[in-house]
Amino acid sequence: MTPAVSIRGAQKRFGAVHALRGVDLDIEQGEFFALLGPNGAGKTTLISLLAGLTRPDGGSLQVLGHDVVKDYRQARRMLGVVPQELVFDPFFTAREMLQIQSGYFGLRHNDAWIDELLQRLHLSDKANANMRALSGGMKRRVLVAQALVHKPPVIVLDEPTAGVDVELRQVLWAFIRELNSQGHTILLTTHYLEEAESLCKRVAMLKQGQIVALDTTDNLLARFHAKRLHVTLEGESLPQALRALVLSQDKNKFVLNLSDYFALEPVTQELRKAGANVLEMELVQPDLEEVFVTIMRDQ
Amino acid sequence: MTPAQTAKQQTVFPVNSEQKPVSGFYTLLYKEMLRFWKVSFQTVFAPLLTTLLYLLIFSHVMTGKVEMFPGVPYANFLIPGLMMMAMLQNAFANTSSSLTQSKITGNIVFVLLPPLSHWEIFAAYVAAAIVRGLAVGFGIWLITMWFYPTPMQHPFWILAFALCGTAFAGALGVIAGIWADKFDQMAAFQNFIITPLTFLAGVFYSIHSLPAFWQKLSHLNPFFYMIDGFRYGFFGHSDVTPWASLAFVAVSALALSFLAVELLRRGYKLRH
Ligand SMILES: Nc1ncnc2c1ncn2[C@@H]1O[C@H](COP(=O)(O)OP(=O)(O)O)[C@@H](O)[C@H]1O
Ligand SMILES: [Mg+2]
Repeated sequence: MTPAVSIRGAQKRFGAVHALRGVDLDIEQGEFFALLGPNGAGKTTLISLLAGLTRPDGGSLQVLGHDVVKDYRQARRMLGVVPQELVFDPFFTAREMLQIQSGYFGLRHNDAWIDELLQRLHLSDKANANMRALSGGMKRRVLVAQALVHKPPVIVLDEPTAGVDVELRQVLWAFIRELNSQGHTILLTTHYLEEAESLCKRVAMLKQGQIVALDTTDNLLARFHAKRLHVTLEGESLPQALRALVLSQDKNKFVLNLSDYFALEPVTQELRKAGANVLEMELVQPDLEEVFVTIMRDQ
Repeated sequence: MTPAQTAKQQTVFPVNSEQKPVSGFYTLLYKEMLRFWKVSFQTVFAPLLTTLLYLLIFSHVMTGKVEMFPGVPYANFLIPGLMMMAMLQNAFANTSSSLTQSKITGNIVFVLLPPLSHWEIFAAYVAAAIVRGLAVGFGIWLITMWFYPTPMQHPFWILAFALCGTAFAGALGVIAGIWADKFDQMAAFQNFIITPLTFLAGVFYSIHSLPAFWQKLSHLNPFFYMIDGFRYGFFGHSDVTPWASLAFVAVSALALSFLAVELLRRGYKLRH
């Protein structure tokens, strides 16, 4: 089946800045995919190339098989983009913005879907307010609605939850999840790694314009077999044999690094042998944030 | 993906299966017209007032002193010139300020993301500029009818020059709007190119009253042909034959249009 997004050797320079250094990426139809990376890694640039907002210096990009340069009209029809910048047109109301955006995609009588978008994104009571009168979080949700007016098969969200409060973040993700379950492909960038971990099946990590990790979220987490053991003892001394495992210590609270679950046994044995009094013990799985930090540090 | 999932997808897209998509051109045109109409006090009525002030002052000072065309009072001679000047300036202002503003605020992405072709974008912006230009021109004509009724001897020529002139100015505005990164660059374009060229295009005089050198120079100014031809439509009298003027104006407007569309196609200053 044609991939939803297919990127081959994407290159982009801004003067001296080499923003993308040959990115290859395929996203299958129906995926919920996260593009992660520190500020300036090139996430927005990659999305801009896909959306035709920026021209590639090399390589090719396709949306559902349509080249974004040669076949730009078809490619753009397939794509809905929520830009990172909080942009709006001060001349219009939220509803007018959505009607106008529908019209740009050639859709005249789209009011039923526009009403549903407004309602699902909790904007109905602000529909007829001028864009200037909306808060940042509301403007962001209007941008999301604008990206969805033509029910694009591929939905791209560039940090859509920045400035949106927790409750409305949940509302937004519930809606995006539902669209994904109906077959829409989702590509998102976010600074909240727990969002990516809970939503996305697959993740790419970008660093200085290159992909440094590309795998399923589960595999990335499993790659780091290591578990963390949080131990709180009565005293501040740990048996000699366990000192090598210590990652950090805060008085009588220790964090030990275990290679896997079986490494737990020798630890408990040593503690018992030393007659230590264990007040608390907790085994912690690494999360995507830890994986991210490790990969970014090591690459 | 399984066949079941594929089938489900087909029920989701497109958004409105019973409806065939139409061109986004109409919506962009509508939006551009709405944009100036929502602030019509500044974009239509203010230019009307400015033009009327010119008319009152110049006609008061000059009437009876000079006769540019035989048998035509100065105030009547002046009206088509002022009309065309206002139409050109407003058509230019519409495209240029809309594009520059959208670029600066960033909301130009709303036009860049949809599947609009380069020609559709260009045509919509320019058509809105033509509408604003004609609205201003028509408004001036209506109001001046009360003071100085001016005959329209050849309505076809009037319309032809009004359309070609505002199209030219609108296309020039598209180019300037794409080029300018800041409002002061836009203002410079307006103050140092558009305003002098329109003022020196024979709005206030017939170029036959100028020294030979200035006459020659005026023939290089595209706005001169627009005003001269437009005036022919009212009085059946002009400095240059109207066919030649119309050909010159139409060809210049087309050349500017191709240049503007080429800039849009390349994404110059729009798609970095
Ligand atoms: N229009 C531009 N002009 C110059 N440099 C740019 C432009 N856009 C992005 N860059 C640079 O390209 C790099 C990648 O930026 P960006 O794609 O925005 O990163 P991210 O979205 O991952 O934070 C950064 O170094 C940024 O400064
Ligand atoms: Mg970014």
